[in-house]
Amino acid sequence: MEKRTFGQALAGAGAAVLSSPIAVMAAEQAASGGASKPWWFWPLVLLVFCFILGVVAVLAGVGGGVLYVPLVSGFFPFHIDFVRGAGLMVALAGALAAGPGLLRRNLASLRLALPVALVASTCSIAGAMLGLYLSRLDPDIVQVCLGATIVGIAALLTFSKNSELPVVDKQDAIGLALGMRGAFKDQSSGNIVEWKTHRTLMGLIMFIFIGVLAGMFGLGAGWANVPVLNLVMGAPLKISVATSKFLLSITDTSAAWIYLNKGCVIPLMAIPSIIGLMLGSLVGVKLLAKTKPKVIRIIVICVLLFAGLKAIDKGLGIGLLG
Amino acid sequence: MTAQNEKDITAPRKEQITYANVLSIGAWTGIAIMTVTYILYVTGIIPPHVDVNLIVDNWDKGVSQYRHITDSPQGWNWVLLLGKGDFLNFVGMVLLALMTILCYLIILKGYLVRKNFAYAVICILEVTVLALAASGIFGSGGH
Repeated sequence: MEKRTFGQALAGAGAAVLSSPIAVMAAEQAASGGASKPWWFWPLVLLVFCFILGVVAVLAGVGGGVLYVPLVSGFFPFHIDFVRGAGLMVALAGALAAGPGLLRRNLASLRLALPVALVASTCSIAGAMLGLYLSRLDPDIVQVCLGATIVGIAALLTFSKNSELPVVDKQDAIGLALGMRGAFKDQSSGNIVEWKTHRTLMGLIMFIFIGVLAGMFGLGAGWANVPVLNLVMGAPLKISVATSKFLLSITDTSAAWIYLNKGCVIPLMAIPSIIGLMLGSLVGVKLLAKTKPKVIRIIVICVLLFAGLKAIDKGLGIGLLG
Repeated sequence: MTAQNEKDITAPRKEQITYANVLSIGAWTGIAIMTVTYILYVTGIIPPHVDVNLIVDNWDKGVSQYRHITDSPQGWNWVLLLGKGDFLNFVGMVLLALMTILCYLIILKGYLVRKNFAYAVICILEVTVLALAASGIFGSGGH
């Protein structure tokens, strides 16, 4: 009973935070140019906003970057170039911090990650350059593409049915040659789970697109990594989630360099975002056992849908969503 | 299955542990440096290159325009401004962005020693890709 009340309260808080009052206050200030506020107003608001975003992201089982870019570009006064730069640094810092623990527990697999990371990180450079080129031509193009991608992600999170332990009867030649297999102890059942991959070539081709999207929008790409590793390549869900998180530390590194070198990372706004999201993630992990992640996930999907539609609305200059 | 067998097949490979250990030290060091330098920056202990009010007035503009107005560098030219509070922040961020290259170089040695040439080639290619991205060849040209 107490747990349910707490879960409901947190879900309500998540909804309140993402739709108001900080986001609304930020949006109002952004609309009025925010000139009346002292310089420290925005970093402080961003720190608090990202802290709550970090909590909600963990509870909803999504990466911070995928929430950060659409919401901050929608509600804060920063140009999309700087939001994408900061978004990549946020996703990178989170992945670097989580990676070691996942590797030590053998949940993230280096053998699975290294080949796909090479494809994704190479393509994320192309994506970052394409995104910056389109932004130079017309930032609204990027807004519309970002909005469409976010709506697509919301749909993917709604309809994608991951498989806990996919059946892989025969490993393909590439997977076999690269030794893409392993074993881990499932803590919930106590069983040893041995796994191997299949359809490696198809998975690698899909990582071309994932890399481009990750670099183009600075989103991180856990939302796409997990279904490809799990449903296409046949890795168990736990291995897919952990390897995906670790993978971001490689994919986002290459795109982050492009944004860093171009001057798209402003420390005044990027560092409060990174620290806020990391602290929020730590709190989120502690709250995970006491909440109902499914409710929060539904709320986050709704927020993503709204943020995506808002980005499309902004890019097309319709003005329906404010 | 004996407990020893169980431990053997579920244990991460040696290179995976090495990677994790190096990454852990580097990531948390980077985050700590970033936090300290940010405090030095926003408290004004180390004066910035670009006034904070000028940043706030212009962060709604595209990156080319912003760089022009604030006289901000691109590529690795921030190194020349390390004595300034705002660009000192890049030390922590760049350390984070360099960690993957460092980790790959360390495990590359292990793959070469064990003659695992497939993964050695993957490591060499990845380091090349990341080094090219870091070099500024792709990111800092033009406007």
